[in-house]
Amino acid sequence: MIRLRINGVEEDSAVGTIAELLAERGIDPSARFLAVAVNGAVIRRAEWPEASLAAGDAVEIVRPFQGG
Amino acid sequence: MTDPFLIAGTALASRLFIGTAGYPNQQVMLDSLEASGAELVTVSIRRISLEGYAGSLVDLLGGRYRLLPNTAGCVTARDAILTAELAREALETDWLKLELIGDRETLYPDVEQLVHAADELVRKGFTVLPYCNDDPVTCQKLADVGCAAVMPLGSLIGSGMGIANPAAIELICSRSPVPVVLDAGIGTASDATLAMELGCDAVLVNTAVSKSHDPRRMAAAMRGAVEAGRLARLAGRIPKRRFAEPSSPQLGLVGS
Repeated sequence: MIRLRINGVEEDSAVGTIAELLAERGIDPSARFLAVAVNGAVIRRAEWPEASLAAGDAVEIVRPFQGG
Repeated sequence: MTDPFLIAGTALASRLFIGTAGYPNQQVMLDSLEASGAELVTVSIRRISLEGYAGSLVDLLGGRYRLLPNTAGCVTARDAILTAELAREALETDWLKLELIGDRETLYPDVEQLVHAADELVRKGFTVLPYCNDDPVTCQKLADVGCAAVMPLGSLIGSGMGIANPAAIELICSRSPVPVVLDAGIGTASDATLAMELGCDAVLVNTAVSKSHDPRRMAAAMRGAVEAGRLARLAGRIPKRRFAEPSSPQLGLVGS
């Protein structure tokens, strides 16, 4: 288990990659209009299956929402 | 009569931009967007844990609109730039409404960081439309760093106070090398018409429509308002006079 910060919340997770993290949270990795950043850098969709997560990583998972 | 409207070389069919926030429900939002006739619609970028509209907003919009993601709420250039990059990744568009807030109570832009972030985002290939203050110096700086348009506020976001400084907006419009979009503070249709009469190329509204008593009807009003204001601008208004100028001829008066 590693300690990650996911969308601002500290959590322990057993996942190794971004794709696994999305699956763990019930997010379909093929869903459109999603974006992920790790430690302030955007990780492109094609890299999700390979991009590995390390202890202390800060992950942002975002999507479009209402806004002006 | 053609009146082309271009931003970054892209022709837009409507001079009304509209936001997706604050509607009573999804259906009213969709109906209002349709009634507005807008082509460009703004969205925010938020963490996936937020509750809100069920389902994907973008799916709901059904590919009918050109989406303009914003960096609403960002207070640092770093956060705005990351949000912009996430937006580009999520929506596959280079277009960006750049917001960098310097004061949480007034939501006034932090001009210093705004210009810096705009500069960096333009270098990264974004088409940047910055929300800014009604200051001709700010607008010139933003144009100088390569923004595709400038979006000065009429008054505070969501305040409905209209155009606080019409002279400043008119001055900005007269000098701007890029399109000017009046963004923030519109309260009702006449505010949007005034913006266009002052020389703005477009108007962005959100709260004025979504929080009105009848958003669908207000959206239709805004559509007419922007069209009327633009026509009046192109038609060339009469000057203001201190004294009367009779419209009926002075000769041939009965009893003269």
